[in-house]
Amino acid sequence: MTTQPPLALYIPQPSARPGDAARFDHIALDPGAAIVRPSFDAPEKEMRDHPYGLVRVLGQQDSAWDPGLDADTMRKGLRAMVQTRLFEDRLFRAHRQGKTSFFMKSTGEEAIGVAQSLALDAGDMCFPTYRVQGWLIARGYPIEQMINQIYSNANDPLKGRQLPILYSAREYGFYSLSGNVGSRFGHAVGWAMASAYKGDRKIALGYIGEGTTAEGDFHEALTFAAVYRAPVILAITNNQWAISSFSGVAGAEQTTFAAKALAYGIPGLRVDGNDFLAVWAATQWAAARARANLGATLIEFVTYRVSGHSTSDDPTKYRPADEAEHWPLGDPIERLKAHLIALGEWSDERHEQQQAELTEVLRSAQRAAEAVGTLGKSKPSVAEMFEGVFAEPDWRVIEQRRELGI
Amino acid sequence: MPTMNMIHAINSALDVMLARDPDVLIFGEDVGYFGGVFRVTEGLQAKHGLTRCFDAPISEGGIIATAIGMGAYGLRPVPEIQFADYILPAFDQLVSEAARLRYRSNGEFSAPITVRSPYGGGIFGGQTHSQSPEAIFAHITGLKTVIPSTPYDAKGLLIASIECDDPVIFLEPKRLYSGPFDGRHDQALKTWAGDPAADVPEGHYTVPLGKAAIVREGSDATVIAYGTMVHVAKAGIDQAGVDAELIDLRSIVPLDIDTIVASVAKTGRCVILHEASRFGGFGGELSALLQERCFWALKSPIERVAGWDTPYPHAFEWDYFPGPARLAKALTRVMENN
Repeated sequence: MTTQPPLALYIPQPSARPGDAARFDHIALDPGAAIVRPSFDAPEKEMRDHPYGLVRVLGQQDSAWDPGLDADTMRKGLRAMVQTRLFEDRLFRAHRQGKTSFFMKSTGEEAIGVAQSLALDAGDMCFPTYRVQGWLIARGYPIEQMINQIYSNANDPLKGRQLPILYSAREYGFYSLSGNVGSRFGHAVGWAMASAYKGDRKIALGYIGEGTTAEGDFHEALTFAAVYRAPVILAITNNQWAISSFSGVAGAEQTTFAAKALAYGIPGLRVDGNDFLAVWAATQWAAARARANLGATLIEFVTYRVSGHSTSDDPTKYRPADEAEHWPLGDPIERLKAHLIALGEWSDERHEQQQAELTEVLRSAQRAAEAVGTLGKSKPSVAEMFEGVFAEPDWRVIEQRRELGI
Repeated sequence: MPTMNMIHAINSALDVMLARDPDVLIFGEDVGYFGGVFRVTEGLQAKHGLTRCFDAPISEGGIIATAIGMGAYGLRPVPEIQFADYILPAFDQLVSEAARLRYRSNGEFSAPITVRSPYGGGIFGGQTHSQSPEAIFAHITGLKTVIPSTPYDAKGLLIASIECDDPVIFLEPKRLYSGPFDGRHDQALKTWAGDPAADVPEGHYTVPLGKAAIVREGSDATVIAYGTMVHVAKAGIDQAGVDAELIDLRSIVPLDIDTIVASVAKTGRCVILHEASRFGGFGGELSALLQERCFWALKSPIERVAGWDTPYPHAFEWDYFPGPARLAKALTRVMENN
């Protein structure tokens, strides 16, 4: 008879549930091997410890990763992050006021979309998740248009066909979003392959959440990116939560998400995602590598989803209500602001003044969008429902449109 | 005009388009140096270069995802899925992405890709090399589904598909690659040699999508088929001795509704023939459309002759395959009603 205990199925559990003290001691914060910034053309095999370290700049003494940005660029980043947060708070309230059906916030994650938007070139294309609205704001996409889309009103650039915030903005390097997670990750790779095929200079940036790295799409995209040395940056935003499932359900207890790169033989960087300068530096490094025909980089941005998954979610049901306050990497806006103040390039007064000014910009954009109408009060012509199924409508939509009497 | 079998004709279409349009490229499993398991892409890499026709990882989802990204960039990729049975790992990409991209982005992005894939049975391929999945694509708003039945049509329809700005599923009846197989599996194999539809011009031409062919005119009944079943239908009509009109749909989306309605309104009888399983097959949609539009002209219920509602069985291939005898029986049955 065997003395071994019977098999037992392991189910991962987060460090804290509602009522428990919030804990993040499982998050490795030491720069480790990532204290070294390799040359952008370093062989992948020389940086295989990087996925276990953490690229950090803010709060570090003389970080090798400091991108050396001038104060104007940092102020521009700060402004876009603040505007993103104010925008999302305002539109979240608009949802609660019944002005739209759905909304999602990126609170605490603003550094990622904003820094990457500013660090990459105008011709580059990002394949976003729904939590990088900051990309559009940083590139000056008209706020009023964003709100028109969120309200699905008569001026909605997507003609009432898409859920709120699933924007498409080609001219701003922002690929069409969809509610399916992960299914655009491979498009970023294909787009990058096309740029290389044409001998252009544009690169792609694909985003995916840490939870979605469990999808086949993630692994397929990495396979193609590695095999064809596609000029693409593949970014995992690890915000610790996929709706109510903690990152351990996607494998975070076993290894880092950046370390997924090792099996594909491409560089993997694990980056402080709440550190505007670290996000910028890692993006710049990976972009230089991609533009030099050296292929893809996988970057894990370690961050925290401060808000619920969406307006349909209540995170106090599954995690401590005060968990965000214990997040060890702080708030990206406060950190960049403190850095600029320490440099003598910013002040609390200027910050408040800017906040008031941005609030006014948002208020007037919202007022303009609401003059067109909120959800249900105004909508594009119903004929738009039948447009764009194919390049040219076939008899089915022509007949059905007639049947509907329009 | 040279005689081409369907493999040569498809190869010629790809060759013409690679030469004509630098934005056309081909990738898929084994399609590069080797030229594909059915030899359809043979010689194209050597002639047009490595980046124009290359091997892909065994990852149908990855193949279609990257093709969509290339399409969004402005290319016209023509990915190959080695067997239509293997297209299912890419189903989410086709349904949620390729078919929806134009609509959801209000035309900012689109996926002008042509997914080539051999389909259908009669080759002793068992469950996983024999299926006919056309109906599941026809159900997806935003996809076009094209199925040729001759070398001439295969080339012209494929060029039209590649030039089309919408995503196209191009299903190649693999049983017709080397000859016009009519379902009489116990008889000597016919090749395309001497068949007028194998006279294929070398250069560029198109056969428009959404335009059915009246293969045989007739007055007593209408038989609707596509792909391999067009040839089976010819044999079945001969066997039944009925003056039936035979329509080859060529594409099921877009569907040439006018041609089929005009024919059934004239004949008053209709038998739909497809190799895919009957329940939920495309025959159901055709039957519904025809009864909606031709009910008062019908002299007999519309019949469907199709594969049985079982997986495609290996040893029972010819029991499953809806051959000419089954069509003849159905035609005889509809002729009994006046």
